[in-house]
Amino acid sequence: MYTLTRRNLLSLTCFGLGMAPGWLARAATGGKKTMVVVFLRGAMDGLSVVTPFGDKAYAGYRPTLRVAEPLDLDGFFGLNPALRNFKPLWDTKQLAIVQATGSPDTTRSHFDAQDYMESGTPGRKGTRDGWLNRALTVEKAASPIRAVALGANLPRALRGSQAAVAVNSLSSFKVRDDAQGDFMSMYANSNDKVLKSTSQETFEAVKLIESINKQNYSPATGSLAYPGSRFGQSLLQIARLIKAGAGMEVAFTDITGWDTHINQAPQLNNLLGDLSAGLAAFHADLGSRMQDIVVVTMSEFGRTARENGNRGTDHGHANCMFILGGGVKGGQVHGEWPGLEPEQLYENRDLAITTDFRDVLGELTAKHLGNKNLATVFPGYTPKFRGIL
Amino acid sequence: MLRRTVVVLLLPALFAGNPVGFQRKLSKEARIEHALNRLTFGATDADRASITQLGVEKWIDLQLHPQRVPENPTLLARLAQLDSLPMTAQQIADKYPPPNVLKQLVRSGNLAQIKDPVMRARLERYAERLKSKKAETADPNAAVLTPEEARALRGASPAERKALLEKLDPAKRDAVLARLPGGRQEVMNGSDLALRREMIAAQQPNQVVYHDLTDAKMMRAVQSTHQLEEILADFWFNHFNVFYDKGINRMFTSSYEREALRPHVLGNFKDLLLATSQHPSMLFYLDNWTSMSEEAAKRGRGKKKAQGLNENYARELLELHTMGVDKGYTQKDVTEVARCFTGWSITAPKLGGGFSFNQRAHDRGEKMVLGHRIAAGGGKEDGLQVIDILMAHPSTAQFIATKLAQRFVADEPPPALVERMAKSFTKTKGEITPMLAVMFASPEFWSEGAYKAKMKMPFEMVASALRATNAQVDSTVALTQQLATLGQPLYKKVEPTGYYATAEEWTNSAALLARMNFAMALTSNKVPGVKVAIAASDARARGLELGGPEFQRH
Repeated sequence: MYTLTRRNLLSLTCFGLGMAPGWLARAATGGKKTMVVVFLRGAMDGLSVVTPFGDKAYAGYRPTLRVAEPLDLDGFFGLNPALRNFKPLWDTKQLAIVQATGSPDTTRSHFDAQDYMESGTPGRKGTRDGWLNRALTVEKAASPIRAVALGANLPRALRGSQAAVAVNSLSSFKVRDDAQGDFMSMYANSNDKVLKSTSQETFEAVKLIESINKQNYSPATGSLAYPGSRFGQSLLQIARLIKAGAGMEVAFTDITGWDTHINQAPQLNNLLGDLSAGLAAFHADLGSRMQDIVVVTMSEFGRTARENGNRGTDHGHANCMFILGGGVKGGQVHGEWPGLEPEQLYENRDLAITTDFRDVLGELTAKHLGNKNLATVFPGYTPKFRGIL
Repeated sequence: MLRRTVVVLLLPALFAGNPVGFQRKLSKEARIEHALNRLTFGATDADRASITQLGVEKWIDLQLHPQRVPENPTLLARLAQLDSLPMTAQQIADKYPPPNVLKQLVRSGNLAQIKDPVMRARLERYAERLKSKKAETADPNAAVLTPEEARALRGASPAERKALLEKLDPAKRDAVLARLPGGRQEVMNGSDLALRREMIAAQQPNQVVYHDLTDAKMMRAVQSTHQLEEILADFWFNHFNVFYDKGINRMFTSSYEREALRPHVLGNFKDLLLATSQHPSMLFYLDNWTSMSEEAAKRGRGKKKAQGLNENYARELLELHTMGVDKGYTQKDVTEVARCFTGWSITAPKLGGGFSFNQRAHDRGEKMVLGHRIAAGGGKEDGLQVIDILMAHPSTAQFIATKLAQRFVADEPPPALVERMAKSFTKTKGEITPMLAVMFASPEFWSEGAYKAKMKMPFEMVASALRATNAQVDSTVALTQQLATLGQPLYKKVEPTGYYATAEEWTNSAALLARMNFAMALTSNKVPGVKVAIAASDARARGLELGGPEFQRH
């Protein structure tokens, strides 16, 4: 495992960039909290994931898709068996669930709903930046990798005024062809103030990630392993960055493919297997550090209560969220259950929302990241804490 | 050439964007570079020769009147091969259906009725993919090719491959192209334009439309003689942004750019408003097509789309298209404007239908927009009246002038210049060319404050690098991917703001690294489908130049 020691710190300052950046001193003192956000794109069928087998109406809606043998959580809800890796985390109270949560906006468009969830402003398209960027507090001396998205592009949620980087993979985050040194001095000597300071941040991040990447890394996942999927490998790299103690405050990754209109069950099995195997490995890998970490999953909306004619489900409304971490009030399904009787459904077709997604994210932002200024993070909305932390 | 420009460029950079700099006149030599920087996608030697010969004023005047300059025949020949460019949405739905349309066809179960054997084969493959969603099998061509054929195809040169493929019957050829043996990307980049498009169509029909749009955009930027017109096409697309991947916009974006924007980029701003407000692409992107009066919503309760008033388009029309954020309208105005536009909808959107006004969805009550009364009982004219009100509003003149000056002069343009441009807009009732002419004749434009004051957007950076190296662009597939890495996936800006022309948007770590890497890759011939004539011994120096700080500005 690699941590920032005084010696590493000194070696990091030898980039020709002058003084040791302030964030390094802070990062080296440790104790930094990290929030990992996992977006499940395509609208997960929450009713098949955290199954309300105790609700009398459930089975009738799902003649072929009913989860026959859910892993009982509390006598009313059960986990999809493909999430078996989650069960130990639930049993040790590291995993909490919020059921019947989502965005109050009525849209059933993936595009709009994802956009609203990532901007954190349902119903408002003009918002320039993302909630996760606004969740970062304004600090003069933040780490160049305080906010990292795994992938080629910066997601909407992380765009904004605070520096955030998209990292496809740690090993590719650099200048190729040995031109780095030359570029570094060209930019350092430039009289272009904007480019000069951005390039300084950039090369700090590059050097930092390079030095982290040089260390051998063997995940401490015990009998578990990160899946070879894009998601599994993203989590592995997030774990690496966290363990390096380099001041990462938020990380973002996603899994696509949840839009299961046709032949849902086998697709969902694969996706849930990936999700739970990945997060279970991540949890094991980070061990006691999970105290400082919270992972939250979200998906743009849920799916119809009734299955359709293609053994699939269509676009719906409320969904469930998973929250994983040492400080989480786990082993509980949070939020009120609105019921599945026809008159209880939203527009007579979908699970209704009883917890606004911003209540969950707001609580994590305030209590975990320590950013109490939620009026800025979620403008026009006052999150109600649900006792998840 | 290079050394000379560097010497000229370095000093004025001190005044870039600086208020004092707007009062310092540019040297004669710098004037030529400056005109090329701002009115083209990067200077080429041919441009330098042309502007020197014609003189700066005459050259600018021709750029403002592109119909007087013949278009590059090489470019026209390329564009002629992109058959989806001139298509209507309906034609695209038929020939290059997007996934949701394919899905619907599969669900309807009428595949056998599709007459075209190639299309039927594509749909059957798509249905299969939907069903299994499994990883492709080890040798997917086993079913369609004999082992000898597969081997031959795998080891073939581009020319041999083309000959082999030409022997196959159309449906079989399509199936083979859909699952090319060995290195799909490699084969794709090594093929000519026709085969490449066929390959894309076999794998994902609608991707051809995206390919054609991006190929045309890139090639026009690199090769067009109408450089200013192309810059404006990009500018107005961003101003009236739509997002390619939102549902039916995979069928409508081509006609949106072609019909709603391109004819008007140097025309009248009102025509842009009229055309965009009635194009299915915008109506769908900002949801106006579902917007209806509260009364109509009550009548239709229980139906999927009957949701009532949707303010998205109205808000962005005021905030992003005309007046600018917080420039004199209230939330009440937004709601009233939305009421005026109720019923502006689309017939049969999934079949590529067109604009329609739906009287039943329209709110017939009286409205009050920015202090103007719109009488009860109106129909489609209510929206048209709003456009007239917005055209006459001083905030609109001010906002459009500011945005243009931001693109062509500096991120924070001198207010006096903006004022004069806004005046031109008001006087000419929204004519764009005279407003640009005011700007291009202004002392502020020809000042050291404007010189090199602008950061190139990634698209501008890539285009200018291709032009500076006189690159031969066979395929734009890899370039389009590069642009996504650089932070500007073409036609895929999700937010209605479009891509910003200001520097703050483009200065982040990952994007800056990507610029350096792109420059190094380009000059050492590592961008697939693109060739530059640079000796290996010069590749590094040229890469450093194109990835360095100077080249990121224009």
